[in-house]
Amino acid sequence: MPSVPVVLKMIGITKEFYGNPVLKNVNLDVKQGEIHGLVGENGAGKTTLMNILFGMPVIQETGGFSGRIVFDGKEFLPREPRQAMAAGIGMVHQEFMLIPGFSVTENIKLNREITKENFLSRMFSRKLETLDMTTMAAHSRKAIDALAFEGIDEWAPVAGMPVGHKQFVEIAREIDKENVKLLVFDEPTAVLTESEAAILLDALKRLARRGIGILFISHRLDEVLAICDRVTVLRDGEIVAEKKAGETTVIELAERMVGRKVGGLRVPDRVKLPETGEDVLVVEDLAVNMPGERVRGVSFTVKRGEILGIGGLAGHGKLGIANGIMGLQPASGSVRFLGREISLNDPVSALRAGLAFVSEDRRNIGLLLDEALEDNLALTAMQVHGRFLRRVGPFTVRDPGSIRRYALETIKEFDIRTTGPRQIVRRLSGGNQQKVCIARAISLEPKLLLVSEPTRGIDVGAKQKVLEILHRLNREKGLTIIMTSSELVELRRICHRIIIMYGGIIAGILPPDASDAEFGLTMSGERSAERSGEHETTR
Amino acid sequence: MKVWRKIRESLTSSPIPLVFGILCLFGVVVSGKSWSFLLQEVVTRLARNWILVLSLLVPVSAGLGLNFSMVLGAMAAQTGIIVMTHLKVPGILGFLGAFIVSFPIAVVLGFVAGNIMNKAKGREMIAGMMLGFFMNGVYQLVFLFMVGTVIPMKNPDLMLPQGFGLRNTVELKYMKYALDNLLNVSLSGLVIPLATFALIGLVCLGLNRLYKTKLGQDFRAVGQDMHVASVAGIDVNKTRLLAVVIATVLASLGQLVFLQNIGTLNTYNSHEQVATFAIASLLLGGATVTRATVGQALAGTFLFHLLFIVSPYAGQSLMGSPQVGEYFRVFVAYGIIAAALVVHAWEAHRRALSAAKRGLPEGETDRAG
Repeated sequence: MPSVPVVLKMIGITKEFYGNPVLKNVNLDVKQGEIHGLVGENGAGKTTLMNILFGMPVIQETGGFSGRIVFDGKEFLPREPRQAMAAGIGMVHQEFMLIPGFSVTENIKLNREITKENFLSRMFSRKLETLDMTTMAAHSRKAIDALAFEGIDEWAPVAGMPVGHKQFVEIAREIDKENVKLLVFDEPTAVLTESEAAILLDALKRLARRGIGILFISHRLDEVLAICDRVTVLRDGEIVAEKKAGETTVIELAERMVGRKVGGLRVPDRVKLPETGEDVLVVEDLAVNMPGERVRGVSFTVKRGEILGIGGLAGHGKLGIANGIMGLQPASGSVRFLGREISLNDPVSALRAGLAFVSEDRRNIGLLLDEALEDNLALTAMQVHGRFLRRVGPFTVRDPGSIRRYALETIKEFDIRTTGPRQIVRRLSGGNQQKVCIARAISLEPKLLLVSEPTRGIDVGAKQKVLEILHRLNREKGLTIIMTSSELVELRRICHRIIIMYGGIIAGILPPDASDAEFGLTMSGERSAERSGEHETTR
Repeated sequence: MKVWRKIRESLTSSPIPLVFGILCLFGVVVSGKSWSFLLQEVVTRLARNWILVLSLLVPVSAGLGLNFSMVLGAMAAQTGIIVMTHLKVPGILGFLGAFIVSFPIAVVLGFVAGNIMNKAKGREMIAGMMLGFFMNGVYQLVFLFMVGTVIPMKNPDLMLPQGFGLRNTVELKYMKYALDNLLNVSLSGLVIPLATFALIGLVCLGLNRLYKTKLGQDFRAVGQDMHVASVAGIDVNKTRLLAVVIATVLASLGQLVFLQNIGTLNTYNSHEQVATFAIASLLLGGATVTRATVGQALAGTFLFHLLFIVSPYAGQSLMGSPQVGEYFRVFVAYGIIAAALVVHAWEAHRRALSAAKRGLPEGETDRAG
């Protein structure tokens, strides 16, 4: 149907962050009344693309973008979200944009309140007009009814509502905007139960029939295929496929999404695990309240001498596990290490038990950036195990000799590129900082090492080196490692088993040689035994 | 039975007013003072203090916490009073004149304070307190040094014998009771300043109306979640700025009412404890750092000042020394603020932890703390 007008056309969108290209010549269009699916792994550039469309400040602050946007037949260059909203673009956010202390009506009408004049407002400012709650509530009711979702009272407070209801309030707010021509849904069903999701998908189809263009971002490929007219697959900032929904399959989309990434990372063969490995770490029903990386109850074991990988898309809880075990984020459940219970929410307990952690946030948590390399190396061991200390009379003082010896040894062993042990860590490159983090964790002589995102933000050569180090520690010293990474390729290179997280629970535990499609499907939740949303209510 | 349950619920949900209510009752009994004496004292002090306490409400609703920078409003008011006393404008005209002079000063100071608080989001209380100390220095510079030197002024009644700088204590002979005596009634010996209470009523009504307007809605939205408010297109910084300006103007009005009742101006001290006592009053009423109502402001001021009145007498009759009671009431004023802040921090921490146990993200529990 060539006659259907195009609502949104993004042409040749290219965006770099500090010389690092995240979008390369992306073309995307949405027609009136069309539901257009957008799928891709995290880091594929979906969020950046949406930020550009919404004129989020972060885009301007990092040097803008190149390419054109045509919205509703006109050139469109949003510089702030307000302009996008005024033009008729609505967004249903992944995280809730609701004010808990407000009622449903107040939230739906937030900053679009209906007001009546009074004598003060005539004298001073329209800001002093009285709110017309009755009309506001009537409008809200209409918007909620349009979604055909039962059970939301327009006067009820939002705090304490089931998550699914909040999602519908969010959507009701967007469709209450009269001029809305394009609605963007960023993973709207991630928090919904099966039945709620079905209602939502129905509502989307109804909205599309009213002539609203819909951009639907989701990891649930079956949903995408069920309701979308077309699907675009984004990988590494490039569009790798654009298909009519009827002409593709879930398997094909999953393969396209993960793809085979080229890269020169080569690591010697994995150590073969003994068949009857002893379980050193037993995790039961671990829930971690890490903002943005919530874990909703996972149970798994780690065998002695194993490298266990934890992968999954961002926001699905993979980073939460290590932070929860190490007591850095509020957690509940049970973690036993070598038969002894580790008390959660207490980092010292985990460290004393022989666990060491290399955080994903190395610049903020991992390192004292303005301290010397050797002090960074020695600090944790000094604190936790009393290493590098000696006693002088009644005082315990640091032992510079042993610190220096250890530092020089480490610099050699880990191939840290530095001017010397007194260089401050801030001046080191990202890769060398990462080596310092790992070396320091090793200085604790841990029995189990947890590393999160060890290769994030470092160059290819350093990545190779870091992976080699981890592999060597495992092979030569028999160190058990839990490695969390967004880079599936790396996990598949060195891990013995890989846990894939989805929606805060384990979607599957895969061997490294499982197929691309298998990984893709597991990561997008197609293979998880249950929908996580079923359990979730706020009460 | 239903009524009884409702009473019980409201009592258990606000333990602080309950505890202090009992304490006050105890003090009243022990002090051995007559009801008519206490009532007169309380009425006087309520008329004197209520507007100052009410001025705290807007910043709390806009998420700025307890506004320690209300000292700035008090300074603006004192400037207005000094000008009117110098010009020898008597009675209510002097009061109005002082308000007209202090209004623009309060707006400017509120603007400055608001901008600073926008740069210190999440640390508004300490920023406001420090700003108060800083402005105190500027205030002293102006009135201790610049008056009579840079600012030409000659008035031996107001100024130090050296020829510049104001006296420590200025008697407000033209403005004393300017508002209180405008209209008052006497009920069997109890004098009630009706005009002052009318003004207080007006402020209460105004605040209540404000919360029903678009602006009030913006305050509440920004106060609960700045991020969501800004995504919805509300100008967060401007809204917060406006909240501080309104609060500063109200505080200056409050200080005018306060000083016309006291009748003397301690040029360099009158403003200093304004914030501490007003904040303690508000917290005594059961308000928290994030939630405060007109009712809590009114009830808290009543309790705080009743305690203030009876504690020296109670100390006298219990320990034989009014100093003990005096000590106790100062202890209470600061202790209440400290306790409220600790409880606030502790609650936030506990909510985050219990959210973790139920596997919820922080903030998806009730925030109505």
